[in-house]
Amino acid sequence: MKYKSVFDIIGPVMIGPSSSHTAGAARIGKMARELFGREPEWATISFYGSFAKTYKGHGTDVAIIGGIMDFETDDERIIQAREIAREKRIRIKIREEEALTDHPNTARIRLGDQNGEMELVGISIGGGKIEITELNGFALRLTGHHPAILVVHEDRFGAVAAVSKVLAENKINIGSMDVSRQDVGKMALMTIEVDEPVEDIVLEKLKMLPEVTQVTKIAD
Amino acid sequence: MFRNVAELVELAESQNKKISDIMIEQEVKVTNRTKEEVLAQMERNLKVMEEAVERGLAGVKSHSGLTGGDAVLLQKYIATGKSLSGDLLLDAVSKAVATNEVNAAMGTICATPTAGSAGVVPGTLFAVQNKLNPSREEKIRFLFTSGAFGFVVANNASISGAAGGCQAEVGSASGMAAAAIVEMAGGTPSQCAEAMAITLKNMLGLVCDPVAGLVEVPCVKRNAMGAANAMVAADMALAGITSRIPCDEVIDAMYKIGQTMPVALRETAMGGLAATPTGRELEAKIFGFSLDKKS
Repeated sequence: MKYKSVFDIIGPVMIGPSSSHTAGAARIGKMARELFGREPEWATISFYGSFAKTYKGHGTDVAIIGGIMDFETDDERIIQAREIAREKRIRIKIREEEALTDHPNTARIRLGDQNGEMELVGISIGGGKIEITELNGFALRLTGHHPAILVVHEDRFGAVAAVSKVLAENKINIGSMDVSRQDVGKMALMTIEVDEPVEDIVLEKLKMLPEVTQVTKIAD
Repeated sequence: MFRNVAELVELAESQNKKISDIMIEQEVKVTNRTKEEVLAQMERNLKVMEEAVERGLAGVKSHSGLTGGDAVLLQKYIATGKSLSGDLLLDAVSKAVATNEVNAAMGTICATPTAGSAGVVPGTLFAVQNKLNPSREEKIRFLFTSGAFGFVVANNASISGAAGGCQAEVGSASGMAAAAIVEMAGGTPSQCAEAMAITLKNMLGLVCDPVAGLVEVPCVKRNAMGAANAMVAADMALAGITSRIPCDEVIDAMYKIGQTMPVALRETAMGGLAATPTGRELEAKIFGFSLDKKS
């Protein structure tokens, strides 16, 4: 089941006007920010499908920019997100794409600074709920039915074992695990679906591992 | 975990419980929190809804100027004592409109199940409370009952206008509200399901065609009618009327209709009211381009 909590239905508390096109967009932006791990110097946002056709009316652009600046869905600063980004000297580019995507509410975010770049694709599936479908060109094969975490790590021996050891110590069972990498010895990615909700303290423990660069919860 | 309405009703009736009990118990189990924590979070959402209605009834205007002020007009009309469809019904309608006008003005609301359909559940709740005099906890329960039915729709069909049209948004919201009204009025879990089915049947096929892509026209008035639909369906279910098509099958029909709906009618502002001459004219005016250029 994609929706697990009653608060997915009665909620989120948010700035209007659209849960999928405003709140969902803010969450996709915030997810990109969390995975990047810091405030970017620039961001290029590409909208597809319904997002591309209606983003101006729904405030999808300001919501996603707000998310990139780490704003929550109910943060009233979302309304002024473009001005705030300008003050912070974050360069924003918005693109309306014609290409057809699997889901009508799709956004691709590229962001970066002098130290690196990242690219993420997210979809907004309704009522403010989102899914991340792609990260740095890796397709994330998530069922959406279980809690999931994303671990960005160095591609070297012991990384997978270290992560699974922390999960085991916290009595979290791994339902499925997908490991992919850009090139031998470069950045790699673990997508892990688990049976139990992952608490923040476990995420912190994973972040402490020497092989791990970034950890984010991508589904509850 | 209940997977459909039939299981939800069975769970409640076999244990002599309310739908809201089942939803609260499941939430406690899934999120590993106490009942008090779960109720407290819902109370915060209730408070957001109360503030939004209050703000809307005081009068708001959206940035585009397309919507705002209708809730005030309705309240003034109710006060004249001349209403034909009844004060309680119109009160629900005006409060649904109030919430959605606040949403259109980029105010703070609680999505139920979405922002575009956020008016129906609180609108009906804040109207029927004047007749049923519920406790604070019963108002919170109203939201869990709506949530339980929304949960089934979200998992088995869709609550996204882009995926399933307005029937998936205001349609779902109305069904959720109808079920919750029935529980608050003392109806059985089965009657809640009947109310949901009767409501959703009358929302099937409703397209999502927002003018200029804004959640304003016709969304605010669809919330108005969604609230009215929920109130009437709740009364029908409480009177003992049942739906010949079971609730789960109505939800499934809604899903399949959504899948076959043309893209132009699923939140793309390409068809329906958005594509009318006036819809196009408003769009051009709001975004400051000429109509010739667009076509």
